Amino acid sequence: MAIRKAGLVLALAVAVAGVYAARHHYRSRSVSLPNLPAPQLSLTDIDGRAVHTSDYNGRVLLVSFWAAWCLPCNEEVPHFVELQQKYQNQGLQTIGFSVDDARDDLRNFYQKFKMNYPVVPADQKTLSAYGGLPGLPTTLLIDRRGRIREKYVGYTDFNKLEQRIIALLRA
Amino acid sequence: MKPEIKFALILACLAIAFLASGQQANPNADLPRIQADELAKAIQSSSGQKPVVFYVGPVILYNQGHIRGAELMGPAARPEGIEKLKERTASLSHDQQVVIYCGCCPYDHCPNIRPAYQELQKMGFSKVRVLYLPTSFGTDWADKGYPVDKG
Repeated sequence: MAIRKAGLVLALAVAVAGVYAARHHYRSRSVSLPNLPAPQLSLTDIDGRAVHTSDYNGRVLLVSFWAAWCLPCNEEVPHFVELQQKYQNQGLQTIGFSVDDARDDLRNFYQKFKMNYPVVPADQKTLSAYGGLPGLPTTLLIDRRGRIREKYVGYTDFNKLEQRIIALLRA
Repeated sequence: MKPEIKFALILACLAIAFLASGQQANPNADLPRIQADELAKAIQSSSGQKPVVFYVGPVILYNQGHIRGAELMGPAARPEGIEKLKERTASLSHDQQVVIYCGCCPYDHCPNIRPAYQELQKMGFSKVRVLYLPTSFGTDWADKGYPVDKG
């Protein structure tokens, strides 16, 4: 009986670990950048409002390249919403650059996820301005002095990202 | 029900749940793959039949950089991407080696490669493989120094 119980517990643990691993297996890569200056861009968000990145000078800027059709990106957005909510008063500003989304899909996504930061459809110039887009999702962190400090390619490790945000907010 | 049978049933259910979750997390796992180094060698080789390479992802990412010689089809998750692929391949021999790739996002969740692969299979192509780019085109192809064209 004891052996059977132990077997059951083991099987349960393996299954839970397997499900967890399968759900969180996205590959990602973090690239440290040599403090490249962030571009100063004048853009228009999905509501037609002007967005000037220079308005955020002095804040820590989180730049997210994503798409509504990209599943790993979808899983990231609620985390970005949470981070924006949690740290906006300490100086965090998030901007989402949507890549190749149909306007209606983008608007539905924006409303569904209650996105609390500007969302801008990205064009070729925007991608180039940030040094090119290796793939989706890609997340950049820009410090208060306007230097690109981190580039995360693939699904973001949010524990690591949050620690980095805290460090940059305190710097 | 005997306890042994009950135990075996529980184990079987757990195993099925485990396999099902893995399958859902990686819907492209069963597609026949080609690795980046193999494709890079093939397209740079001066001998042998070279594969035709079709890009089936977003145009904006293709314009930024793509595999040397790859032809733009557009996102195969959308009808216009599939239509272009059908038109382009209509005149090709079904024995032609074909490689499709996207690299817009992690391979396991790319929405474009499966529809493109399935369409080519439906058309009768027998030598179709999908380029395996685990993270993205930038990370697994361009950053590794494999040949890239821009625009």
